[in-house]
Amino acid sequence: MKPSEGMTLIVKTVTRISVWLIILYGIYIILHGHLSPGGGFAGGVIIALALLNVLLAYGRGFITRWLNIGFLHDLESSSAAIFLAIGILGMAVGGGFLANFISHGKLFNLLSSGTIPLLNIVIGLKVCTGLFVVVWTLAIFHLSDKGEKQ
Amino acid sequence: MPIETWLIFILGFMIVGSIIALELKDLLSAVISVGIVGLGVSIAFLLLEALDLAIVQFLFEIFALIILVRAFVGKEYHIQQPSTAHKIQILVTVMALGLILALSINIFKLLPEFGDPLFTTAKHYVEHGAAETGSANIVTSIILDYRAYDTLGEVTVLFTAILGALSILRGVVDKSSGGNHETK
Repeated sequence: MKPSEGMTLIVKTVTRISVWLIILYGIYIILHGHLSPGGGFAGGVIIALALLNVLLAYGRGFITRWLNIGFLHDLESSSAAIFLAIGILGMAVGGGFLANFISHGKLFNLLSSGTIPLLNIVIGLKVCTGLFVVVWTLAIFHLSDKGEKQ
Repeated sequence: MPIETWLIFILGFMIVGSIIALELKDLLSAVISVGIVGLGVSIAFLLLEALDLAIVQFLFEIFALIILVRAFVGKEYHIQQPSTAHKIQILVTVMALGLILALSINIFKLLPEFGDPLFTTAKHYVEHGAAETGSANIVTSIILDYRAYDTLGEVTVLFTAILGALSILRGVVDKSSGGNHETK
């Protein structure tokens, strides 16, 4: 690792503290998708942006060592399959594709509204991993582009 | 005329348009014939009182048409000078479209008044959404319960877009860097 990789020490320190708070906020947005504004798409984008923050501050080399990009890609693909599986399970148990087959619970409770929180979590996973993998691929693409020119 | 008749008419129009698009040799005409399908879906959404979907479908269709025309037809397409027969063709087409629009005036009168706050479907969502799905957030109850199938489509679109971007960009990276970017 080159010492000059990434941005300055100030940016790195701030990122090291703030990235966890941003990820926590994204998880909150996903989990409370059925209670407050937000949901899987918005929360997933927030988490992806937190990871993008690390990518910008620490550089491409660090993020490739820190995260297993292949695993993220697998997670992205499998979360689409889980979404489909929940839909088919609804067809088997609840009597219709994507039917809400789990008990609805009490309104305004965190554990309520059946399959909606599950679907929110799956979508959040998919959006955050998918967006980040695309940005990472673009960054790697840029790297190889520069290497060609030299 | 009842709405079903118009829906069947639009459906037939879309089927004819897609068959024509398959059979045509000329790329620009084929792209425009494909556009018939999208605009037909948009009008069908309008008649079924799903106004938001109609607007989205309409905008998407225009974008897709522009991109397709720009990408596939682009440089090699030669625009021919309009002859008299061509002008007559255009005139007939415009008159036919005007006739269809004039005939469909009655159906647009069936739509709710402009500024009417809630359509019948939306009224159901607002009144029974919380009780039927158990979700306090009404938007979530619509996108993940009533219209979860639509969300599945969105997830599939995202998946396909990411797959496309990865496969195109990774090929470039593999060639230039010898494929060593996979190392952890």
